Order: sequence, then C-alpha cells, then structure tokens
Amino acid sequence: MMPGRRFLLLLGAVAAGSVLSLQSHRINPYFLDVAVTVAINVILAVSLNLINGYTGQFSLGHAGFMAIGAYIAASTTMFWAPGLLPAASSPGFIGMAVFPAALLAGGLAAGLAGILVGAPSLRLKGDYLAIVTLGFGEIIRVIFRNLESVGGALGLNGIPACTNLFWTISMAALTIYAVTSMVHSTYGRGFTAVQDDEIAAEAIGINTTRYKITAFVVGAFFAGIAGGLYGHFKLSIDPRGFDFMKSIEIALMVILGGMGNTVGVIIAAILLTLLPELLRPVAEYRMMLYSFLLILLMLTCPQGLFQPRFFRRLLSPFLRGSAAPAEDPPRPA
Amino acid sequence: MTEFLQQLLNGLSLGAVYALIALGYTMVYGVLRFINFAHSDVFMVGAFAGYYLNRWMPSDSMAGGLAILAGSMAFCALLGVVIERLAYRPLRRRSRLNVLITAIGVSLLLEYTGQFLFGAAPKPFPQLFPVRTFQFAGGLIVSTNQLAVLVLTPLLLAALHFIVLKTRFGTAMRAISFHPVAATLVGINLDRVISFTFALGSALAAAGGILYSLNYQSIDPLMGVLPGLKAFVAAVVGGIGNIPGAALGGLLLGIIETFVNGSRWSTATDAIAFALLILILLFRPAGLLGKLEVEKV
Repeated sequence: MMPGRRFLLLLGAVAAGSVLSLQSHRINPYFLDVAVTVAINVILAVSLNLINGYTGQFSLGHAGFMAIGAYIAASTTMFWAPGLLPAASSPGFIGMAVFPAALLAGGLAAGLAGILVGAPSLRLKGDYLAIVTLGFGEIIRVIFRNLESVGGALGLNGIPACTNLFWTISMAALTIYAVTSMVHSTYGRGFTAVQDDEIAAEAIGINTTRYKITAFVVGAFFAGIAGGLYGHFKLSIDPRGFDFMKSIEIALMVILGGMGNTVGVIIAAILLTLLPELLRPVAEYRMMLYSFLLILLMLTCPQGLFQPRFFRRLLSPFLRGSAAPAEDPPRPA
Repeated sequence: MTEFLQQLLNGLSLGAVYALIALGYTMVYGVLRFINFAHSDVFMVGAFAGYYLNRWMPSDSMAGGLAILAGSMAFCALLGVVIERLAYRPLRRRSRLNVLITAIGVSLLLEYTGQFLFGAAPKPFPQLFPVRTFQFAGGLIVSTNQLAVLVLTPLLLAALHFIVLKTRFGTAMRAISFHPVAATLVGINLDRVISFTFALGSALAAAGGILYSLNYQSIDPLMGVLPGLKAFVAAVVGGIGNIPGAALGGLLLGIIETFVNGSRWSTATDAIAFALLILILLFRPAGLLGKLEVEKV
C-alpha cells in the first residue's frame, strides 16, 4: 500500500467517525456500546501486535499500560484540568479540549512505563520475558489498588463521558496508520529483522536494543490511549478490570489474527469482541461455548484466521494476472 | 521468635502447595516446551473432585482422607491425559503459540464449565482428616491440616523424584526433554511419555488442590487462577523445565508471600512477589537452577 493511500484511508476513517458520531443519537445504544468496545479492542490488539507480532517480544502486560492510560487520563479530566483552569470545567470544554490532552497524557505516561517494561527484554527471551511483563502488569494493578487518591480498590467513579464514536474510530484509525506506516518504512524493517533472527539482525548492524524499546514505547503509548478512551466510556474504572486476563484477551486477538498480520489482527479483535455478544441468546452456555469455539478455531485454522494468501487464492480466478501464490512451507515445531 | 516460626511454618505449607502445582508446569514445559495454562484449572478440578468424593463417601478417618486424595489425583490424571489428547496433540507440529491459545481456551472452558456445573458461589471445603490443633510452648500453633501438607508434599516429591530418576518412563521423559528427535530415534514412544507426563503433573495439581483447600476451607471455580499464576511464577523463578527448581521456587514464593502478608505492606503482597521475581530474573535470566543455553549461530 502506498503511503498516500494509507493516509487517505486514515482521513476517511476520521471523517466517517465524525459523521457517525454526529448521527449517534439515531443508533441503537447497544450497538453504539459494542462499536466503541470493538474500536478500543482494535487499538489494543494492533498496538500489541507491534510488540508481539512484528518485533517478536512476547509481552503479557498490555493491560497494565491500559490501566496507566486510563488512570492518568481520568485524573486529568477530573482533578488536574479543573485545578489548573477553574473556569474550564464546563462539560463542552472538557469534551473538546481537555479530553484530547488527557488522552495524550495517558498515552505518554504509558509510553514512559513502556521503557521500564521494555528494558528487561534486552536480557530475557520467550517465556521469561512473558512472565516478567505479566509481573509488571500485575504490579501496576496493585499500585493503583493501593493509591487512595484514585479510589484504591473501589476504583475511580464519576469520570466525565467524553468518549464517543468520533474519538474511538479516529484513534483506532490513527493507531493502525501509525503502526503500519512505521513497520512498512525503511526504518521499520528493523522490527521484523529483530523478530526473524536477533543475532543476524545484530550482525548486520541493526541496533536491536533500540528497536525493542521503541516497539514497547509505541505499543504502550497506544494502549494508554485505549485506556483513556475506555475510562471515559465506562465512566468508572477499577483495578480489577486490568488484570492479567485482560492482557491474555488482547494477546489472544494478536495470535488468532496471525502474529504480525495487521489486517488479521483487526479482524480477530472485532470477532473476539463480537463473539460473546453474538452468543448472548444462549445466556448460560455463553462463555462455555465461547471457550469451546476458541479451541475449535485454533485446531481447525492453526495458521491464524486470516491469511492474506488464502483470500488472494480464493479471489485469484477473478483477479487476472495474479497467479495463486505458492503454499507456505510447513513451519518447524 | 514464635511469630517468626509461625510465619515460616505458614509460608512453608503455602509454598509446598505452590511447589506441587509448579511441578506440573515445569514437567510439561520440559517435554513439550509450552506453558500449560489449563494446569491451574486442573488444580481447581482436583479440589472439587475431593469435595464431591467426600459427599458420596464421607470420611473422618486418616485412611478415608487419603483415599479421597488418591481418588481425586486419579481423576485429574485422567483429565490431564484427555486434555492433552484432544486439545494439544493435534497441534504438536504447529508453533508453540497455537498450543498456548488452545491451553488458554481449555483453561476458560474448565472455569466456565465449573461455574455452570458447581455454581459460581464459593463452597465450604470439608475436613477430610480428623482436625487437631497442637499448641507448643511459646505459642506456636500447628494444625493437623498444616502437618498433612508438610508430610504429604515431601512424600509426593520423593515419589516423583523416584519416578523421574529410576523408572523407564522417567528416563524416557528426561530423554525427550534433552533431545526430542534423538529420543524418538532410539525408540521412545513420544505420545505415551507425553500422556504419562500430563497424568503425573495433573495428579500433583489435584493433590495441591486438596491440600490448599484443607487450609483455606473454601473452593470456587475460579480458585485456581491466582495460585496457578503464582505457581507458574515459582516454576520460572526456579528455572522452568527444572524439577528441583520448581520445588525450590514454590517454597521460596510461599515463604516470601507469607512474610510480606504479615508485615505492614500486606496490601501489596502480589506486587512484592512479582517485583522479586523480576529482580531474580534480571540477575539470573534462566531462573535460579536453570542453565542458560548458549546461543549458537
């Protein structure tokens, strides 16, 4: 995809978001709710995909970054901004001017934490890195549980409702734009190089340390923004909402979509958010069925759900001149 | 001094349970190189198996309690083998991440099925062994339940040690974890040894589940999540894939956690446990007893 086209797509998504947002009073509130959740999960999954998929640093602490973003953004709109500008506490002003600044603050704080969490990845690999990032996520959660100024274990309530379709869709589009542009740039090839073979990458002069930390910082930044959106959407956050099951849920989207496959990850994020909603009619069996389907999906399509090659092959009779690409060689276990 | 001894005792009995669960993680990792996320829910199933077995044949004697323990271990061994056969074996040749996802799926399936079958509300766990409390001079209090943990765990560990080092299956297990391809070349049946490993690990998790419930006296379908996570941490701290390491990591974590719990930082127990874990791994990236493999190009 040309950079120009990608940028146009971003603008298109932002425009669509603002139109949808203006018309949101006509949309069924339930659908609105699901749509915002889907967009937030897309941000989380795409940003984790930069760390896990493209750079190959298996991280299980994404919910921690999300928690930092959520708490910092909520504190900005609730305490800091009204403290600095007492006149600026009208809801309209908060929604239009303070909220973007709050999102940015949440993202930056999470990005800073990304440096801290990314640092062990210089020494640790694979499962050890996964467990350390998981530990960081849990530590962040426990810290918020013990901070009485943000509600402690009870959580923070009464966050202004600033999140709407415009902000979520625009931010999701911005995340996708930023991650794909970065990975497909000349600079960004380094991420894939680190994932493919760290030693070889280092041997040809790629600064693997910098790439790993960059991946963590950028991924954490967008997770922080997702957290800010989440807080101003749910209007109340509590530390339990950011436990390691949330991190695993995000990792599921990345793996099911196919590591390092942005389109696949987006589709997986949408599917995994919608699946529990679609299973609502079977109420009591819902989550049993959800987990069963998860196992079944993995057993039947272990290559990740959405192989671009598969779709290309499916469409190849209709696309003249593009021969069906050869099968992937089987991957060693 | 008494308080120190008391805390140490409590820590040891908690750590022993962590060690029992951690062994299952580490053994499966040793032969298959993946984290069996469903293991913590096998621990939960073990506790519930004990609960229902006790309902059908109530026990108040030592022998009855041990029979229930053995029954629950056998049930979970079977469960572990079935899980491996249905959910993991079809993906044996795929990337480890795929197996990780199915493991998470199995874990969720067990939890939700548990909530469906047993109800989400906590249940009181019966006393399987006759309970007595001994009070020593100086105020040290020891209950028979704690003693059960402290006696049964070393026995189970010794049994495991014997199986791994002295039997044919144990030798085959070690061979596979050393070099899977070479192991199959000398005629080791990979599938059978892997099934056996799952049976062994799951049986230990069931024992852990019952001993844990004896001391905490309340069980629910999500009870496995936190102890499972802690045990996994213990296995990694000890050096994953290393059997004595898992036992050491479990005991260490249990003791640290109990002491932090008794101090004024008790609300931050989990954070301190994880912070220590991160520190240990930063200085010993392959765990306490793990060997760092040299990367060859």
